[in-house]
Amino acid sequence: MSFSVQRVGALCLRYIYLLASSWPRLLELVYWPVLNLLTWGFLQTYAMSATNSTLFVGGALVSGLLLWEVLFRGQIGFSISFLEEVWSRNLGNLLMSPLRPAEFVAALMVMSLARLAVGMIPATILAIAFFGFDLARLGIGFAAFFALLVVTGWAVGLVVCGLILRHGLGAESLAWTIMFVFWPLCCVYYPLSVLPGWLKPFALALPPTHVFEGMRAVLSEGVLRLDLLAAAAALNVLWIVAASFAFAALLDRARDAGTLLSSGE
Amino acid sequence: MCSVMSSVTAAIEVENLVKDYGPVRAVAGLSFAVAGGSTTALLGGNGAGKSTTIGMIMGLVLPTSGTVRVLGTDMVRRRHDVLHRMNFESPYVDMPHRLTVRQNLQVFGMLYGVPDLSARIATLAADLDLTALLDRPSGKLSAGQKTRVALAKALINEPEVMLLDEPTASLDPDTADWIRGHLERYRDRRGAAILLASHNMGEVERLCDRVIMLKQGRIEDDASPAELIRRYGRSSLEEVFLDVARGRRETAA
Repeated sequence: MSFSVQRVGALCLRYIYLLASSWPRLLELVYWPVLNLLTWGFLQTYAMSATNSTLFVGGALVSGLLLWEVLFRGQIGFSISFLEEVWSRNLGNLLMSPLRPAEFVAALMVMSLARLAVGMIPATILAIAFFGFDLARLGIGFAAFFALLVVTGWAVGLVVCGLILRHGLGAESLAWTIMFVFWPLCCVYYPLSVLPGWLKPFALALPPTHVFEGMRAVLSEGVLRLDLLAAAAALNVLWIVAASFAFAALLDRARDAGTLLSSGE
Repeated sequence: MCSVMSSVTAAIEVENLVKDYGPVRAVAGLSFAVAGGSTTALLGGNGAGKSTTIGMIMGLVLPTSGTVRVLGTDMVRRRHDVLHRMNFESPYVDMPHRLTVRQNLQVFGMLYGVPDLSARIATLAADLDLTALLDRPSGKLSAGQKTRVALAKALINEPEVMLLDEPTASLDPDTADWIRGHLERYRDRRGAAILLASHNMGEVERLCDRVIMLKQGRIEDDASPAELIRRYGRSSLEEVFLDVARGRRETAA
């Protein structure tokens, strides 16, 4: 049996049914992006009136915030759909079904995009309404930035899901916390040049660092830096391949340790 | 002890199966086969190796050594070639609670590639007395109703091999008897092989052609329920179970 789009669709349908039946889940998708946008957006409005710092030129803070949300929500949307199966003790049913790991992962990717859309569309509209900031200002680069950040989120989400398969719900908190390791390193709100020299190689190994540098280039210079996009894309390929191997290895370790039979704590 | 059934007719074939968890040997060289159209029980106390053995047959647990074949397919390397012809049910695995019964059956029907799914769900619902429950959230059902829904999921693809863990747990005697009757009719109509783990000895006596008694990962005995009762000189399978669990030897050859 080869890869089946129908099985991917079946799993997506399961998550759509779940979201449609649970308004708190839907609210949570919108809640944090909007709250963050308003808090940081008003800070930017205040700071712009007080200084002429290039930090705030062209809405760098708000666009950094929105793109950070893409990265964070991309990962969390992927991981939470997986966790829903662990919480509902349904993982055994899925793993015993003809659903292949690649199809499971594909469904998690689709649902990550769907969750991202539900969360980010209201935040993007509010950014225009409150701060006059339109993400379209980033031009065609926005689509590239969005895609690159989502793929990084998926790579991290894959490793998180693998760790939960292997170690159970003890690894659950990683879904919420792991992305914040990247926060200071990937230069969301400040340029790479701010980092000390010894830290720069680590930052440059992260695909989002190149995306946020590219975002600032568009906003401050009006230039879409293809070299930065290419670096981020190449790193993403490495990351997603490495994460896929890690997921497969952790799944095998879970099968060896027998933890798939008891997907709890 | 009964000999291993011919692999020509076997739906499930297990050979020299070993599973070690670190220094602990959970399964110690099991060999048995289960034929289509038959029901076999794995019996044993806690830690006897039942769950690990079923996990290896499902392909969810990797054996340390030995082989498992289901419908001729190696479950370690090629399990996805045959999973659409199998299914399982366990009270320790749930259906998503917020989805209605119909939504759950729809999702699993799609996962198993069931043709004409709406008709199949309607038939199953009628067979298992679930029609009135189809649009209720699965989490709002009673334990017995949930068991029937789990059974509907296990039957959605008309499997040739069914693995059942405590199939009538939490059911009242009347409903449990009704479920057993349903499983018997399904097995006979479909020619399906059923392997079940249960602590309900009455259920095993009623449903099973054969009982494999496990102890510390090994096959302690293997025969029909009636033969085991005769061998041990007991009046019920429960007494035989206690004899095996407590290390009392057979009283008759």
